[in-house]
Amino acid sequence: MYKKVLALITVLLLAVTVLAGCGGGEDKAATGQQGEDKSQGEKTKVAFIYVGPAGDAGWSYAHDQGRKYLEENVPGIEVTPPLESVPENADAEQVLENLVQNGNKIIFATSYGYMDSVEKVAAKHPDVVFLHCSGYKVAENVGTYFGRIYQPRYLSGIVAGKTTKSNIIGYVAAHPIPEVVRGINAFTLGVRSVNPEATVKVVWTKTWYDPAKEKDAAKSLLTQGADVIAQHQDTPGPMQAAEEAGKFGISYNSDMREFAPNAVLTGPVWNWGPYYAKTVQAVLDGTWKSEQYWGPMGDGIVDLAPYGDMVSDEIKALVDAKKQEIVNGTWDVFTGPIKDNTGQERVAAGEKPTDKELLEMLWFVEGVDGTIPQE
Amino acid sequence: MNDPLVVVILSTAVIAGTPLLFAALGEILAERSGVLNLGVEGMMLVGAVSGYIATLLTGNHWAGVLAALAAGGMMGMIHAFISVSLRGNQVVSGLALTIFGTGLSAFLGKSYIGQPVPDVFKPVTVPLFSQIPYLGKIFFEHDALVYLSYIFVIVIWVLVFKTRWGLNLRAVGENPAAADSMGIPVYLTRYISVVSGGMLAGLGGAYLSLAYAPTWLENMTAGRGWIAVALVIFAVWHPWKALVGSYIFGGVDALGFHIQAMGEKALFLKDVSPFFLQMLPYILTIIVLILVTSETKKRRVGTPAALGLPYDREER
Repeated sequence: MYKKVLALITVLLLAVTVLAGCGGGEDKAATGQQGEDKSQGEKTKVAFIYVGPAGDAGWSYAHDQGRKYLEENVPGIEVTPPLESVPENADAEQVLENLVQNGNKIIFATSYGYMDSVEKVAAKHPDVVFLHCSGYKVAENVGTYFGRIYQPRYLSGIVAGKTTKSNIIGYVAAHPIPEVVRGINAFTLGVRSVNPEATVKVVWTKTWYDPAKEKDAAKSLLTQGADVIAQHQDTPGPMQAAEEAGKFGISYNSDMREFAPNAVLTGPVWNWGPYYAKTVQAVLDGTWKSEQYWGPMGDGIVDLAPYGDMVSDEIKALVDAKKQEIVNGTWDVFTGPIKDNTGQERVAAGEKPTDKELLEMLWFVEGVDGTIPQE
Repeated sequence: MNDPLVVVILSTAVIAGTPLLFAALGEILAERSGVLNLGVEGMMLVGAVSGYIATLLTGNHWAGVLAALAAGGMMGMIHAFISVSLRGNQVVSGLALTIFGTGLSAFLGKSYIGQPVPDVFKPVTVPLFSQIPYLGKIFFEHDALVYLSYIFVIVIWVLVFKTRWGLNLRAVGENPAAADSMGIPVYLTRYISVVSGGMLAGLGGAYLSLAYAPTWLENMTAGRGWIAVALVIFAVWHPWKALVGSYIFGGVDALGFHIQAMGEKALFLKDVSPFFLQMLPYILTIIVLILVTSETKKRRVGTPAALGLPYDREER
């Protein structure tokens, strides 16, 4: 019998070890607060929660880079160690509540699925400012933020359109939601602006994060003759496939050239740092107001990753010219006329779709070879 | 690429199936001895990160393989200690190890994220064999670890079904009390199979981080450990069937992607939802599970009768 007890204890010990590992951030947060009570009473505490590990080299990684930028550039704050892999369910509410209890005054919730949790917790704590990434619910003390990543995606399309020889470009798509569809459309418009002959072939993986599977999806596109691969997932799998096949790639989220130095041409990237710094500063100064921020390229929240060596100056000049128009606001990606891939006109000449229309986009532009599966 | 599409897809299926195959072979060993190991996912992750770090530090991918084997073996040792020596609940121990392995691998790999692997396993064509039409391309134009998996299938099959040790192993999984009275060391046998099972799971993880998608990303196994557990049932605890099963499980994704990429050219297949295809192996697993639940079938296909039951000499 005592052996059963021993077994139970061992298992419990293991579990405790794991929990201790997960809860590390909060422990430090608690220590931080004691420190605050003693010496640095006036420092404002800022917290972040991530949907994935900060080490995913993708979405959460980009937010973590932003957090580091904030820490280095805004004095007078204390940034709580980030809480990683927080599930997008009722647990998030508990996590947010804990952060408030630990004295955090500004909380960044960096994934869409935290929307309802943020809404509930924020309602209870009007003195804490919540910023929710990619959602749409705002309140007096809740703002949302996101970036117009479709703008650099369009620009990366120009690079792809100029690079392809086979006129087939592969796009490894994640989940069939408007955000992904909008990205494919912007990319395709970019491709076709310099190469009307080219088509963009779409394969859905229904994953955000499975490097091996996403690599296989890219391989299937390469087999079908694609010579440039673009992607929407958070891992460099598709870029590795392009590298191995001796073809090219358009990465996403962060600079992925390390993973595929001969393949990656460029790619849209997130650059949250300046936004985080600006927003926190505004809260400190008392000038912050709740808003729905969808940051354009001109704000630097989205950009293109550094070019690979194979990208010619001619292409760079083309991209720069378009980028200037976008940054100046004289032109945007979805300026009409735009037809969908069944030939129907969706945006009339000279018109621009509203943000709402962009956020609900579930049709492909002309030049996309693929269908949007029903979820 | 001038090969027929079927060959391309099957060739991808072999690569996609290899990490599953390693892990499933390990799980077959463990389960044949009567120990259910639900820690495969965690063991794969720890193997993946150890292999990656060792390769990074030494610059040699074989050092990575050794590290992955050692790390997986350590995890297996913990599981064996809890479930064999302490007679703990195998399910709880396995689940704890998966959670533990996920956290441990993230912790170990943290400072190495984003670094490319200096010495990746590259495809090596096997002379002669690769000349076989179609089959050569499907099976013999891969990296060394894929060939190693073929060897392991044969070795484990011989070991389990053609040797005295294998007979003892199966006896332990079938009826440990009887095996014990025959003088077979039950604990030792279980330890050996669970630890080598852990080593194989670690190797499966290292295949991902050193050959398949060479880099380290947290949680990069993305559930393959669980697929391996299902696969063992699908393969009714048999190495050859595990080989076929791995390629089916690994291949459906590739097939789905190719159908999507072909678009109109895929003819009638273009209407088949890729998500339905991804579901197919699991439906098959459930069917197998239903088929093997009857007592007589169980005996015939070799479901270890003592699977999941701790053995206590004093309570027999």
